Amino acid sequence: MTSITKTAQAGTLESSDVMITVAPGTQGSGIVIELESIVLAQYGEEIKAVVEKTVKTQEVTDIYIKAADRGALDCTICARTLTALSRAGAVLKEEML
Amino acid sequence: MDLRRSMLFIPGNNPGMLQNGGVFGADSVILDLEDAVAPMEKDAARFLVAHALRTVDYGSSETVIRINPLDTFAAADIKAIVPCCPDAILVPKVESAADIHQVIAMIAAAEKPGQTPVKIIALLETPCGIVEAYNIAKADPRVVALALGAEDYTAGLGAMRTKEGTEIFTARTVLINAAAAAGIQSIDTPYTDANDEEGLLADTELAKRLGFKGKLSINPRQIDVIHNVFSPSLSDIDWAEQVIQAIRKAESEGSGVASLNGKMVDLPIVNRAETILHLAQLLGLMEEKK
Repeated sequence: MTSITKTAQAGTLESSDVMITVAPGTQGSGIVIELESIVLAQYGEEIKAVVEKTVKTQEVTDIYIKAADRGALDCTICARTLTALSRAGAVLKEEML
Repeated sequence: MDLRRSMLFIPGNNPGMLQNGGVFGADSVILDLEDAVAPMEKDAARFLVAHALRTVDYGSSETVIRINPLDTFAAADIKAIVPCCPDAILVPKVESAADIHQVIAMIAAAEKPGQTPVKIIALLETPCGIVEAYNIAKADPRVVALALGAEDYTAGLGAMRTKEGTEIFTARTVLINAAAAAGIQSIDTPYTDANDEEGLLADTELAKRLGFKGKLSINPRQIDVIHNVFSPSLSDIDWAEQVIQAIRKAESEGSGVASLNGKMVDLPIVNRAETILHLAQLLGLMEEKK
């Protein structure tokens, strides 16, 4: 498992998008996700699961993630999370997945 | 022959537009990593387009990705996008056959085993590109079309871009001729005023008269107009059927030349009629006519 080295952001607050902000967490904190979404009640757990799965796939831990969702599809959530991780210094295992 | 009457640009860093790109009925959607994406967002657009290619249903639209120019982010774009199986790559600012060979080497290195070979559409948007149009068109069998980018081209000329388009007449005809000589398609530059439907119609009709097979589009509202111009009309289909009947009758009588309404019907006319009928069949217009 690796961790990120700096704070980074990806995405926008436009409709159908999600803004993902990532920051290094304290050692042993694991993956902490804070979600704000227009569909929190309906899809909150699913959105968190997509973010968590994407981060775990890259074997990144001790990370704080804030996701501001505006109705993004899973593919957008995944793409924005990967972009934020990459910008935060994570060396992605597999460029696109 | 693939239909490319309309090729609709969709900004590569806009999730809302990317996920709806298939609903407009364009023959091709061009997910754009180049001009529509700010330099600082190239990485984000690459991730987004790659995921869209894997998950979004673009229906019957051909998926084309406009990458960045060879001297900027083309290599990173190709490496990320090609394994996601787009139908074609639109390569901007192509100026020589060597540019095509360079792109093909990168595509071939990125393709997965067994993947359908990714096609190439060359976007000619510089005076050098127009001069080299035929060599570019013949550079490799992966090249299936030449497209014109008139905004950059006129900037390269130092000419003013006008709605009438007199300043791009030479570029249009050179590109069409080069593509026809190489046996591939020619696609016209977009009409950039999305609010001027009359201007779009006139420009598209001119493009068709000159020999273009389709037109780039920057707004979904332009697609119906473009399709109406590039689709055969019922009278076109009637004429084509009469031509084929006339030539068959002549052949059965031992002659290679026929006449229709007093006009000679020879091989070029027959070829044109067959193209119209083929297009009509692809578009389901033959069934409609019945």
